[in-house]
Amino acid sequence: MKMTKTLLASTAVAAIAGGAMAQEMTIVSWGGAYTKSQQRAYHEPYSEKTGVTIINDDSAAEAVAKLRAMNEAGNVTWDVVDVVAADAIRLCDEGLAMEIDVDTMLAPAPDGTPASEDFGDLLVSDCFIPQIVYSTTFGYRTDMVGDTPPTDVCAVFDTDAYPGKRSLEKRPINNMEWALICDGVAFDDVYDVLETEEGQNQALAKLDTIKDDVIWWSAGADTPQLLADGEVVMGSTYNGRLFSVIEEQNQPVAMLWDAQVFDLDGWIIPTGLSEERTQQALDYIFFATDTQRLADQAKYISYGPARASSAPLVGKHADLGIEMSPHMPTDPENAKRTFLYNYEFWADYRDDIDAKFQAWLAQ
Amino acid sequence: MTDAAQTGPMLAADGTPLKQSLARSLRNQKLRALALIAPLLLFVLVSFVMPIGQMLFKSVENDIVADTIPRTVVALQDWDAASGELPGEPVYEAFVADMVIAIEAKRHTRLGTRLNYEETGMSSLFRKSGRQIRRLDPVADAPFKDKLIDIDEDWGKVETWSVIKTHSVRITNGYFLNAVDMKRTPEGAQAQPEDRQILIKLFVRTLIMSLAITASCILLGYPIAWIISNNPARIGNLLLILVLLPFWTSLLVRTSAWIVMLQQQGVVNEILVWLNVIADDARLVMIRNEIGTIVAMTHILLPFMILPMYSVMQTINPSYLRAAKSLGATNFTAFWRVYFPLTVPGIGAGSILVFILAIGYYITPEIVGGTSGIFISNRIAFHISSSLNWGLAAALASILLAAVLILYWAYDRIVGIDNVKLG
Repeated sequence: MKMTKTLLASTAVAAIAGGAMAQEMTIVSWGGAYTKSQQRAYHEPYSEKTGVTIINDDSAAEAVAKLRAMNEAGNVTWDVVDVVAADAIRLCDEGLAMEIDVDTMLAPAPDGTPASEDFGDLLVSDCFIPQIVYSTTFGYRTDMVGDTPPTDVCAVFDTDAYPGKRSLEKRPINNMEWALICDGVAFDDVYDVLETEEGQNQALAKLDTIKDDVIWWSAGADTPQLLADGEVVMGSTYNGRLFSVIEEQNQPVAMLWDAQVFDLDGWIIPTGLSEERTQQALDYIFFATDTQRLADQAKYISYGPARASSAPLVGKHADLGIEMSPHMPTDPENAKRTFLYNYEFWADYRDDIDAKFQAWLAQ
Repeated sequence: MTDAAQTGPMLAADGTPLKQSLARSLRNQKLRALALIAPLLLFVLVSFVMPIGQMLFKSVENDIVADTIPRTVVALQDWDAASGELPGEPVYEAFVADMVIAIEAKRHTRLGTRLNYEETGMSSLFRKSGRQIRRLDPVADAPFKDKLIDIDEDWGKVETWSVIKTHSVRITNGYFLNAVDMKRTPEGAQAQPEDRQILIKLFVRTLIMSLAITASCILLGYPIAWIISNNPARIGNLLLILVLLPFWTSLLVRTSAWIVMLQQQGVVNEILVWLNVIADDARLVMIRNEIGTIVAMTHILLPFMILPMYSVMQTINPSYLRAAKSLGATNFTAFWRVYFPLTVPGIGAGSILVFILAIGYYITPEIVGGTSGIFISNRIAFHISSSLNWGLAAALASILLAAVLILYWAYDRIVGIDNVKLG
C-alpha cells in the first residue's frame, strides 16, 4: 500500500517538477526547527546571491525508500537531500547517491586548508557531505531525581536510585552499546563484544532488567514530550530536541551528556539528475557547506558544525541570545566520554541485531 | 400470410437474422459502455493494479545475484557446499571478472546489501573488497584464489560461497520463508533461531487484535446506529454529524489525543487518583500496549461501522416491531427475532470494512501500541522505509493480502456476500 502511495506521490511531484524552470531547487530535509535553521543559514543567503528559488520538502525520514522508488521509476525530483550518515552510506551502496570529490567540489577553509582535511574523519562515505554533528543522549527531569542528579549513563539502568519510566529508542543501535558499558564491558571493547552472539545476548539481558520500565520511542519528538508530561524520569533523544525543551520551553529538564553517541547529518546529491541540475546542486553544496555557513547554522539550533574551522566562529543563539558553545555536543565539557556511531559495524549488523532486538521486544 | 409459413430464422428489416442483429446491437451497447468506463479502468489498472502487482512480485524476484555476478553463478553450479571444501580457482576467476564489471557500474555494494539480509557481514565484505578488487586485472593478475583470501579472509570461508550459491536463483522462496520465520539454506528450508522468531507471532496478533477491534466497534456502534435511525431526523442528523466529525480531524491528532487521555499522567488516571479509586503510585497502564491500540483504533474506525449499520437500519420498517409486539412478543424477542436479523447485512458490511482497514493499519499501532500492541504492518513499514528489504516487505504484504482474501472467502461461504449492504 505504502509503495503505491510513494509511487503515486513521486509521479505527481514529477509532473509538477517537470514543468519547472532550472531556477528552482527541491531540497529535502527533516522539517521543523531543523529545516528552519537551514532556511535561515543556507537557503535565504543562497537565494539572495543567485536568485534560485528553494523549495523545502520535509521527507528526510523516508528519503532512502523514496529515492529508491524515484530511481526505479526513472524520475528523480529532488536536487539535494539531507540524510544521516548511515543512510548516506546505504544510498551510496545502492548507487542512489553521487560520489563527491571533496577537494574540488567543496570549499576550502578560509586559511586554505583543503576541505578533506577540514572535515577530516567525518567524511564517512564517498557520497556524504557532512553538515552537523549531533548526538543522541539523555535528558532527565530535575524535579524527579531527588538531590543526586545522575552524572553517569548507567543511571538509566539503576531503577532503585532513579525509579520511574525511561524512554529509549525502539531500535538496537545505541541501546545495545549503553547496555554493554553498564554491564561492565570496557569502552573500547563494546563492538568486539557486540559482534558475538554472547555479546548480543549480554546486552539484551542487561536491557531486560529495565524492560518493564521503558517506554520505547520511534519519533525524535517523543522523549521531549514524555519528559515535559512527567511520564518518564529520563529518556534518550537528539541533543537539539533537549536544548529546545530546556532553553526554549523552560521545562525542569537537564542534560546527561555522559556516553552520548555522536552521529552525523549531511547532504547527498541523488544520482540520475540531469547535468544542469547536478551542477546546480553542486553549486548550492559548495556555498552551503563553507566554513561561515556551517557556523551560522549553530545560531539557530544546537548542533555542532562539521568543519573544524567553523567551531571558533560559533556565536550566540540568534533569538535567545545565549552563548551556543556550551550547548554543543562537541564542547569539551560535554564530550568527556563519547561514542561515535559505528557506521561500518551497524551497516553489517543492523538487520541481524534488529531482528533479534524486535523479537526480544515482542516477548 | 406467407410470412407465417416461413420456416427459416426470423429476419430483421435489412435481411440479417434477427438473433444476429440483436446480438450485434447489444455488443455495440456493451462496447459503448466499456468505452465510457475505459478511462477509469485504465486509471485503476495503471495506478493501482500494476504497482501493487509489481510490488508483490518483488517477494519472489531475485535477479540481482545472477545479474551482477553471472559468471560466478554459473561456475558455482558444479560446486557442492556440503563437500566442506572451498570452490576451485575457476569460481574465483569468474568472480573477479564479474566484480570488476560490477564495481565499474557501482553495483557490487547493492549486491552486498542484498546478501547482508541473509548473512551478516556481506555488506562490508563487498564494499571493502570492492576497493581492492577494482585494482585487479581479470586476465593478467590470475590466479585469484589466494589474492582474494588475502583481501578478506571471508572469501576463504565455505559459508560465504554457500550463501551466494543459495541465493543465486532468479525466482526465490527465500523472502517468503523469511516472512514465516524460516530461512533458505543449502539443505532446504529451516526454522530461524528461536530468538529471531517474531513475524508469525505478529501475524497472529494482527488477526486477533483486528477481530477484537471489529467486535468492539460492533458493540459500540450498534446502539449509536440504532439511536440515529430511530430518532426524528433533526436529532438523527445532528448525531450523524457528530459521528462524521472525527473524519475532519487529522488521524495523528486523534491518536495523540488518546495518549493525553490514557497515559499515566493523563486525564483518566488523574481523575481516578483524585477520586481515590486508585493509589498515586499504582496508576493504570492503558496506553503503549494492546489496550491502547484497541481503544484508539476502535475510536478511529467506529464511523466505518456506524454508517453501514445506520443505512441498513433506516430501511427497516418500524411497523415490523409493532407487529411483533402486537402478536405477543416481549421487547427482547421482538428485537432478537425480528429487528436484529434484518440488521445483519449492515453488521456484515461494517465488519468487513473495519476488519480490512484494521489489519493494514500501522500509524496508530506505532504511536500507541508500545511493544505489545504493534501489528505486522509495522514490520512491513520498517522493511520498506528503513531496512530497504523490499523483498521481505512484499512477502509479508502478500501473506497479509492472502489472509484477507481467505477470510473474505470464508465470510462469503458462512454469511454470504450478497447479504452485505452498504445502504
